[in-house]
Amino acid sequence: MMPFSRLFFICAFSSLGVAVMAEAASPPGAQGGDFGPPRGAPIRAVLTSPPAVPPPLHRNYPAKVIVELEVREIQKEISEGVTYTFWTFGGTTPGSFIRVRQGDTVEFHLKNHPDNKMPHNIDLHGVTGPGGGAASSFTAPGHESQFTFKALNQGIYVYHCATAPVGMHVGNGMYGLMLVEPPGGMKPVDHEYYVMQGDFYTVGKYRERGHQDFDMQKAIDEKPTYVLFNGSEGALVGENALKAKVGETVRLFVGNGGPNLVSSFHVIGAIFDRVRYEGGVHEQENVQTTLIPAGGAAIVEFHLRVPGSYVLVDHSIFRAFNKGALAILKADGPENKLVYSGKEVDSVYLGDKAANLAAVSEARSAEERGTLTKEQQMKAGESRFTGTCSVCHQADGKGVANVFPPLAGSDFLMADKSRAIGIVLNGLSGKVTVNANGYDSVMPPMSQLNDDELANILTYVRNSWGNSGDAVSAEEVKAIRNSTRRAEGAAH
Amino acid sequence: MPIAGAEFRSALPVGQQSPQLVRSFLLQQHAVTNAEFLAFVRANPQWRRGAVPVVLAGGDYLAHWAGPLDPGPPGVDLQPVTRVSWFAAEAYCEAQAARLPYWLEWEFVAAAGVRERDARSDPAWRQQILDWYAHPASAPLLPVEQRVANVYGVYDLHGLVWEWVQDFNSLLPSDADPEKFCGGAAQNLQQKENYAILMRIALLGSLQATDTGRAVGFRCARDGENAP
Repeated sequence: MMPFSRLFFICAFSSLGVAVMAEAASPPGAQGGDFGPPRGAPIRAVLTSPPAVPPPLHRNYPAKVIVELEVREIQKEISEGVTYTFWTFGGTTPGSFIRVRQGDTVEFHLKNHPDNKMPHNIDLHGVTGPGGGAASSFTAPGHESQFTFKALNQGIYVYHCATAPVGMHVGNGMYGLMLVEPPGGMKPVDHEYYVMQGDFYTVGKYRERGHQDFDMQKAIDEKPTYVLFNGSEGALVGENALKAKVGETVRLFVGNGGPNLVSSFHVIGAIFDRVRYEGGVHEQENVQTTLIPAGGAAIVEFHLRVPGSYVLVDHSIFRAFNKGALAILKADGPENKLVYSGKEVDSVYLGDKAANLAAVSEARSAEERGTLTKEQQMKAGESRFTGTCSVCHQADGKGVANVFPPLAGSDFLMADKSRAIGIVLNGLSGKVTVNANGYDSVMPPMSQLNDDELANILTYVRNSWGNSGDAVSAEEVKAIRNSTRRAEGAAH
Repeated sequence: MPIAGAEFRSALPVGQQSPQLVRSFLLQQHAVTNAEFLAFVRANPQWRRGAVPVVLAGGDYLAHWAGPLDPGPPGVDLQPVTRVSWFAAEAYCEAQAARLPYWLEWEFVAAAGVRERDARSDPAWRQQILDWYAHPASAPLLPVEQRVANVYGVYDLHGLVWEWVQDFNSLLPSDADPEKFCGGAAQNLQQKENYAILMRIALLGSLQATDTGRAVGFRCARDGENAP
């Protein structure tokens, strides 16, 4: 593929004429460029809340641009039914998107709302000078600071609060992005969106309801409760999903505020046509996953050929499915079966452990009617055992010598019904003696199976291969599930 | 309340690794209230809102009061007074034959928990402070002395308002602008994990002596060992 950007720059400069050509004498943006004093009347910058991006500037001269950013400390939802106090630039996490042109002189006003409790400031990575503006913008509640800088380098830059303790200010959501457009602007695309990842540390567990306070120790330990795009689990899903149409090109400005984690940014089902990695001037093409450091940003572009939901994730994948780092881009339009067929075959494949799934559904409906028999439980339990437990304990219940203990004729199993239920629910590791043989292995918790499934499995193993016992009811499983503390996360 | 002096290791870089001696002194039990400050401005007309020159108190001095001699409805009488400049706070204390406490004195007493004189290594003590930080200042203030006093019998050093100290503007070296941002402060402060203290130093560092704040109040201190 030809490098589009270079073609584009050449075209752009030739159409803008001599004045711009002089600016382009050195490679635009490859290093800092001062395009002279600001011209024209001062311009008030358009700021947008995420995921919106201010419109392209279409300006061919350096101007004086006035940015007014207000710091607000506000309570907002971080997950459904969970609130958190965010410290924000402009009332949102991430903060307002700022868009200026390389060579612009930016007069920056930072306002700290009187209702705030904390002093704040701003360090803009796009500023050349000690502290990136931080020392000049240190502002008490109810005050305003002003400083001016020249946007010397093009690129996409993170800004953040840099007031001590910096980690807490950043951890509470005080970061955002500033785009410094190249002098010739950026190649037009159909959609531009603003997405920024951050990690959050709450006293309560993931999705524990109510108001959650910041947990300093978890932050120091770098063990986030949440990893989020745009500051909330619901920010970019459902009705808030990003939208585009088949055939369109999307440009994402993707930042990572941290404070701790590095993002492996990936869009499930898309290959990035172009990535301006690290927010610099070079492009990589055909990228599956791009690394975005804490305090860094990238520009990714891709076009949509097939309709559907594209899932934005941090491909450190537990963060996506267990800490909230998920967003959706929904593409509408006609199918293109030549590019992606959709599902062509959906048939049952059970391999050589063919399960009698009919027995499971029969047992379920019998339980609903209140007519569940031990035999029905046995059959349903056998089919679940075959799919799950037999991998280690073997289909004949004999286990694997010295590795996985036997269930067949097992004194350990039959000695204590409640203990057996507890082990299946919560797992077991360490030394046990079964039929006079010692085992030292690990059984993972099976708490993902529901109460009737576990009751059926246990009824089956306690009445097979020479074992003989009574049935295990779903109520018994439920009682033990409710009375035991599982290791955190086992239930997810 | 009388505070018995002792050796104390501050979170500040002052003295770096070595503990400092805090001399015995007296510290006001609660933050100065609206009612107390009203009595002061009645007796000292030059400190009334509108009469104070801007070089001593910014334009928002006592701006939340209903009038220069009216803090508002009766419920506010026992709330701590806020929106007072450092100059005004110092003048109030001088009128009581007292002074603002020094940071070291304030920090020494504020390090206490309900039972021990130095609770700073107690995660619960720290979390309580952080929890207060996590709520914006927009909510109405509680009256003073609503919570349990610390081991000295002093109330509300944490969890109610920020408080002026005598030496608020010289807590960090003057040549150290970087102290105000990024890692600078964390580098020099002892007990790096003690963010809770750091926040208060940062807030004080952001203020000028004429500034006032919606959540900035004060209390007074006096030399000596015996109650007046």
